[in-house]
Amino acid sequence: MFSKGTKRKFSDGGEEISDESLLGARVASSYSLQRQSLLDMSLIKLQLCHMLVEPNLCRSVLIANTVRQIQEEMTHDGSWHMVTEAFCSAGQSPSERLVATEVLCRSREQDAEPKLFSVISYEGCREEEVVADETLCSVSVSDTVSNVCLAGRMGQCWEKSELSGVERDEEALEDSRLGSGEDEEIDTEDGASTESPKTIGQVFGTFEIKNGSPGPDSALEELFSDVDTSYYDLDTMLTGMQSAPKMGPYDLLDSLAPSHSSPSIVSTPNCRSDLNELDHIMEIIVGS
Amino acid sequence: SEHACAGFYQNKKTFFSFFFILVCDPADVISTVEFNQTGEFLATGDKGGRVVIFQREPQSHRHFIGEYNVYSTFQSHEPEFDYLKSLEIEERINKIRWLPLHNPAHFLLATNDKTIKLWKVSERDKRAEGYNLRDEEGRLKDLSTVTTLQVPVLRPMDLLVEASPRRVFANAHAYHINSISVNSDCETYLSADDLRINLWNLNITDRSFNIVDLKPENMEDLSEVITVAEFHPHHCHLLAFSSSTGTTRLCDMRASALCDQHAKLFEEAADPSHRSFFSEIVSSVSDVKFSHSGRYLLTRDYLTVKVWDLNMENKPVETYQVHDYLRTKLCSLYESDCIFDKFECAWNGTDSVIMTGAYNNYFRMFDRASLRDVTLEASREVCKRRAVLQPRRVCVGKKQKETDVSVDSLDFRKKILHTAWHPKENIIAIAASNNLYIFQDRLTPNGHHNTPEIQSAPPKWQTQPNPPTY
Repeated sequence: MFSKGTKRKFSDGGEEISDESLLGARVASSYSLQRQSLLDMSLIKLQLCHMLVEPNLCRSVLIANTVRQIQEEMTHDGSWHMVTEAFCSAGQSPSERLVATEVLCRSREQDAEPKLFSVISYEGCREEEVVADETLCSVSVSDTVSNVCLAGRMGQCWEKSELSGVERDEEALEDSRLGSGEDEEIDTEDGASTESPKTIGQVFGTFEIKNGSPGPDSALEELFSDVDTSYYDLDTMLTGMQSAPKMGPYDLLDSLAPSHSSPSIVSTPNCRSDLNELDHIMEIIVGS
Repeated sequence: SEHACAGFYQNKKTFFSFFFILVCDPADVISTVEFNQTGEFLATGDKGGRVVIFQREPQSHRHFIGEYNVYSTFQSHEPEFDYLKSLEIEERINKIRWLPLHNPAHFLLATNDKTIKLWKVSERDKRAEGYNLRDEEGRLKDLSTVTTLQVPVLRPMDLLVEASPRRVFANAHAYHINSISVNSDCETYLSADDLRINLWNLNITDRSFNIVDLKPENMEDLSEVITVAEFHPHHCHLLAFSSSTGTTRLCDMRASALCDQHAKLFEEAADPSHRSFFSEIVSSVSDVKFSHSGRYLLTRDYLTVKVWDLNMENKPVETYQVHDYLRTKLCSLYESDCIFDKFECAWNGTDSVIMTGAYNNYFRMFDRASLRDVTLEASREVCKRRAVLQPRRVCVGKKQKETDVSVDSLDFRKKILHTAWHPKENIIAIAASNNLYIFQDRLTPNGHHNTPEIQSAPPKWQTQPNPPTY
């Protein structure tokens, strides 16, 4: 039980191999297995709470903080780097993952969109929306961009500040882990975040329109659009790059599926893949 | 600890309890319980948006308190749909708070996730009869038949209790409302959601003032939410709010309009020997209650209840373990989401005893002076008419007594989240799922805590004599 929380001991380098240090090593790997399992469990919980009608914000925050805590410790231990490397190589199957991730492994489908997780985990609280008409919604006035919120479009509206916040957060994580090789990407992100609000709005405007396109399946689309929007990696969309994923606290889940193909804004997910995605989610929820 | 006090209760007479159960629609789990300021009324809110008010009958028997019977039932909130977010707004009543009495009618505030309503509950026991223009059924009379004028007279009628919504305070919360609290000035009240606290005037519904705002610039940076907020019972400028990170803040509204800067921060340093990935989650404060005296704060986190002196911020003056045997089970409780359960806590009228709920339909009481504590169970199987509640004990290892309950056999679906204590007497209301239990102290029906007789014996808890009539 890692609820005891005792730090594992590192045996100092150069010691003779003794029973004690072997035991220490076993304890250490057991601890890191348990920690990994906790991380997987937490990510699943965060993912699932995106599926709910209105996620409990307190619970989401506490789980996210737990994920951060684990990440920090793993970064500190150096094991985080190994994790990110493992997922950066294309097609690597995380078969050595623990039982906790078995649910995700099971639902690996050829044409399934692997993205189940958005970068921002709090979009459940989509409150920064302008009250256009009191009869339309029950949300109070706030101070942010409204051009992304189309009437009748049901799903989240990204805030400009949320957008740049994501990038900054990812930046920070990047800086702590990887070297300067990622500067170019970061700069691009920076560039994106310093774009004029209108441009970002346009990006999201396009995104929104595409997502909410009317048609015979529009009702279906609308119903699932909540689930939809979380599949797009924000970062990829902005930069249009299909590079190694940036491991933010909420990105990890993306990479747990083997076929990690970041959908760019160009590749339009069709209804069928959406439904496949929905199947995948339902499987997790139902646990079949 | 559980083991230390078991011996004490073994030697005492067995407890009797009267059995009182309110049978609700099984779908309607009780979500809040609140006595009014005199204790004459007890209000419950449920998941279906209903409010049921019980009234205490005048004391009829010298040994037993007056019973609580249903006084009024009304639908307070209905499910709504937020079209912009495509989300349903649940009708579940999160909190009820009574307003202090000023006239024969009773007022209470009831809130769901988004909207607060002020309800007026009034009695009508007279009816005017003898109208000139209408007959007794309300139909217009044929004026040609009216030959004389009469003055309508008031005649007694069967008591009718009416509830009418007087104010609706809507559209001020983007997040889920978790608390409401009426100010001692009786003019204002606060409502708190996950990130903000708003101040309202009871008479003004289209405007509220934001007094605390925890929302960060970037939601990605969000790491703390508000869990509970409450006004000080006497000082109208002081309020306390607790957070998911285990801190409780006291704010002074005189200092500035926005109370993001706290006047006091109550936080205990984490115990390094207990540190784990779950430390923050179990430290998250699920309830805050000022003592009646206004001098202390009671906070409930997942494993303990703590009493804080308002003058000392760095640690509580008292800490009580509610169910420390769960400390080794945190991982599975995290997996099942039980670790996120929000238990409430309560003071008794003299601030000498603390009560809080736990799992397996258990609830716990702690006597602050003697440091004695007891675990009692609220369940249909256990509560028979006129039976006294038997104390329970949870054991971690081997059972030492037949009646011990092993940790592994606890039912975590049976949780007592909502409890309330009569403001003056030793009467408690416990909500267990869709059942309401009311227990009284058999030895001290009047609830006078100062006589030597009471001090020598702990309260013996009983339930009410008769089931209610609906």
